[in-house]
Amino acid sequence: MNLSPDALDERERAVLSVSSVSKSFGALQVLKDVTFSVARGETVCLLGPSGSGKSTLLRCINWLERPDAGRVFLEGEQVGLTAGGLSMSDRELSSMRTRIGMVFQHFALWPHLTVLQNVMEAPVHVQGRSKREAREQAEGLLARVGLSDKLDVFPARLSGGQKQRVGIARALAMRPALILFDEPTSALDPELVGEVLTVMRDLAHEGMTMIVVTHEMSFAREAANRVIFMDHGAIVETGRPETFFRSPTTDRARQFLLRYASSPGAAGVAGALV
Amino acid sequence: MIHDFTVVWTERSLMLSGLANTVILSVLSAVCALFLGAMLAMLLLRRNKAPVVAARVFVDAMRCTPFLLFAYIVYYGLPSLGISFDNWSSGLLALIIYNTAYMAEILRGAAASQPPQPVEAGMAFGFSGFGLYRRIVLPPLILSAGPVVGNQVIQIIKDSAFLTIIALPELTHAASSIQSRHYVPFAAFISAVLLYWALCLVVETGVTAVGRRADARR
Repeated sequence: MNLSPDALDERERAVLSVSSVSKSFGALQVLKDVTFSVARGETVCLLGPSGSGKSTLLRCINWLERPDAGRVFLEGEQVGLTAGGLSMSDRELSSMRTRIGMVFQHFALWPHLTVLQNVMEAPVHVQGRSKREAREQAEGLLARVGLSDKLDVFPARLSGGQKQRVGIARALAMRPALILFDEPTSALDPELVGEVLTVMRDLAHEGMTMIVVTHEMSFAREAANRVIFMDHGAIVETGRPETFFRSPTTDRARQFLLRYASSPGAAGVAGALV
Repeated sequence: MIHDFTVVWTERSLMLSGLANTVILSVLSAVCALFLGAMLAMLLLRRNKAPVVAARVFVDAMRCTPFLLFAYIVYYGLPSLGISFDNWSSGLLALIIYNTAYMAEILRGAAASQPPQPVEAGMAFGFSGFGLYRRIVLPPLILSAGPVVGNQVIQIIKDSAFLTIIALPELTHAASSIQSRHYVPFAAFISAVLLYWALCLVVETGVTAVGRRADARR
């Protein structure tokens, strides 16, 4: 593949650059030639109907799913493949992954560890940082997400919103270049969504680089720098949230937003479209 | 009848040394079998084919072999291949190898009922290979399999009685010596049974302790 000097420069400045990624599960093609990049400090929301490939795209970024084609670059370095195009060793891939935080729809906390241990685990045992330093950091992060009183509690004793805040603290503890959020509020009771979105909004404003797969349109409107709308495995439309929500350029995006507008709790979107 | 038990009492030092040997055999083989079983389970949970098949064959072979027969093979059979151990080593080896298969199968079964997301999170956070298994995969398995592992430890204690046939001086062997020396079979064997029972109660206490830890995390 030939790259112009401009493209190379762009790739190096971007925290993440995804180029022509495709992925199929059997006969079903879930991602079709997806290309986008994310600049440092940017919050990008991936929107789209269920099954449009958003989560698979996130999982291709840290190689939890191996793309069939295409390349992913983190701060200019290719993820998953060596310079010669071969698969990375487990060790190389793991070390790339430590630079990409991830927050999961179903929290995926480690059930045998306390809240504090969950946040310390990877910094100590993957990054090899000292226990004392990791503990101080973990206590700080948990204070920041409002869980200072839950340090020694096991995840099973937490509400969904609390679990997800631990999940966010756990991701931050790795000091990642970028955090992937895979529908972080979809598994929560409606009254617990707010506490998680508040934490995420603060992170976005503080300049954390984030990619957020979400169905929370209000979050995308307020916190995203850019919205990427996907349908059937391809990027259909991308733009600034104020433009996207007010005047989407494609029919598919318009229909998608209308469907959300007609569901309860999405009045803001309805108002914008009428 | 009371007199018979008095006879057993006069031989209590023989009985207690038998009990001590049973405890040593059981504890050593339970610890080793759990450790090796955990290693073998890692193989069973792998996706690549060849090691899985080999591990599978071993586990099934052990599970379908009566322990007594297996102990015979290790003690009497292996010497004809030029490999011979004394009765202690043979007994311990037989118990460990045999129960490694069971422990591996128990942990593999426990893995099937665990949600996949925490392991995936482990991978996403940079764990891989043995570190992933040791820190993320295995601890929940041990906690959730606690009661079944406890049952297997009880099985180990009872299977160790078979080792009397290779003249290992464990508890059954001691009871048997006492009954043949004094002809008090009922009293000697019942005393041994009561001691086995006491051992099982200890194991059950351990299982309850693990269960409490597991419940705190559930």
